[in-house]
Amino acid sequence: MYTQGLDVKPGDKAIPLESGTSEAEQGFQGRIDRDDRIEPKDWMPEGYRKTLIRQISQHAHSEVVGMLPEGNWITRAPSLRRKAVLLAKVQDEAGHGLYLYSAAETLGVSRAELVEQLLSGKAKYSSIFNYPTTTWADIGAIGWLVDGAAIMNQIPLCRCSYGPYARAMIRICKEESFHQRQGYEIMLALSRGSDAQKAMAQDALDRWWWPSLMMFGPSDKDSPHSAQSMRWGIKRISNDDLRQKFVDVTVPQAEYLGLKMPDPDLAWNEARGHYDFGAIDWEELKQVISGNGPCNKSRMKARRDAHAEGAWVREAALAHAEKRRARALKKAG
Amino acid sequence: MSSRDWPLFEVFIRSRNGLSHKHVGSLHAADAGMALENARDVYTRRAEGVSIWVVPSTQIVASDPGEKDAFFEPTADKIYRHPTFYDIPDDVKNI
Ligand SMILES: [Fe+2]
Ligand SMILES: [Fe+2]
Repeated sequence: MYTQGLDVKPGDKAIPLESGTSEAEQGFQGRIDRDDRIEPKDWMPEGYRKTLIRQISQHAHSEVVGMLPEGNWITRAPSLRRKAVLLAKVQDEAGHGLYLYSAAETLGVSRAELVEQLLSGKAKYSSIFNYPTTTWADIGAIGWLVDGAAIMNQIPLCRCSYGPYARAMIRICKEESFHQRQGYEIMLALSRGSDAQKAMAQDALDRWWWPSLMMFGPSDKDSPHSAQSMRWGIKRISNDDLRQKFVDVTVPQAEYLGLKMPDPDLAWNEARGHYDFGAIDWEELKQVISGNGPCNKSRMKARRDAHAEGAWVREAALAHAEKRRARALKKAG
Repeated sequence: MSSRDWPLFEVFIRSRNGLSHKHVGSLHAADAGMALENARDVYTRRAEGVSIWVVPSTQIVASDPGEKDAFFEPTADKIYRHPTFYDIPDDVKNI
């Protein structure tokens, strides 16, 4: 999820496109082409390092901000079972953030810097988390669609050329499976329920379907750095191909629920062997990415507040550790 | 241990790029540099690795085996963290 690459604009010089002419670069590319993995102490082109730091940290920020929409429903889950499950899922997402920040740190950037980039608004996170969760059905739709899209995006990343990122993704993918299943289970319960519950499930699908498709990022023709990322083995499958795959597996799941996809152009195309689907509102994605989505401001405020309000805890823990160290030293001396 | 004994180091080996380092054993050495070379000579004689980490054994902080049950207790009753906990009909694919 979460790595829409939208903060890289055409002509952005922050990440140099490498021509790969030097001996070191050619050796590096040779290793990638042989499907060898790159590890932290290996030589790597500056652009490769920067691309990875940006992508992995954007991914980490998304896991962290992604806890907010679901966190909204923990206290109001309809049963103790649903509450325990949702709590466990949100807990997992915090863990995912941790795995990814740690992977980014192997590239020589500090955790404090990364957090600062998020809080200052310099770093981006996935557009999907800027939409509100207004009903319980949204928790079902998020697990089913948002985690479903994340899984689709993350599976190829398990084969990413950078070892620490690939290993983090393997761990994360293993944990994601329950996320999607608990979401679908909620949708299943609602769609087999009363008319009001069915309507609630349909309303959630109506609101989350298009933003979920946007999670895969801009279309291939508008992803200037995709080719470079492909060549470096960071990206394995293009945005449009992943999006198509997601549509193809999700449409039958919606049919099983008896829900209707909010897309009049959606139709099985026998010749292509895929579903055709309607045009995505790229302007909406652009607006959400540039800070004008329905919840951008409250998400950022929640993160900043949490960071500020947690400051005394971080300081107290350090002071406590310091005190214990001094005590042990005195005892030994 | 007399003060003249060489310290103990734990040895971790990455068998090939893409995999994490794995603990393989330990050895005594006068310093970290010697520990690295000795680890290479003892633990990678048959090309078992492409990278070695050595860590002074005294630097490893381990959980207490005697406290194992209490320490790991929080995970025991959370079967809902596993995908098999959820009933998804067989007709629903790719989930
Ligand atoms: Fe996650
Ligand atoms: Fe998830």
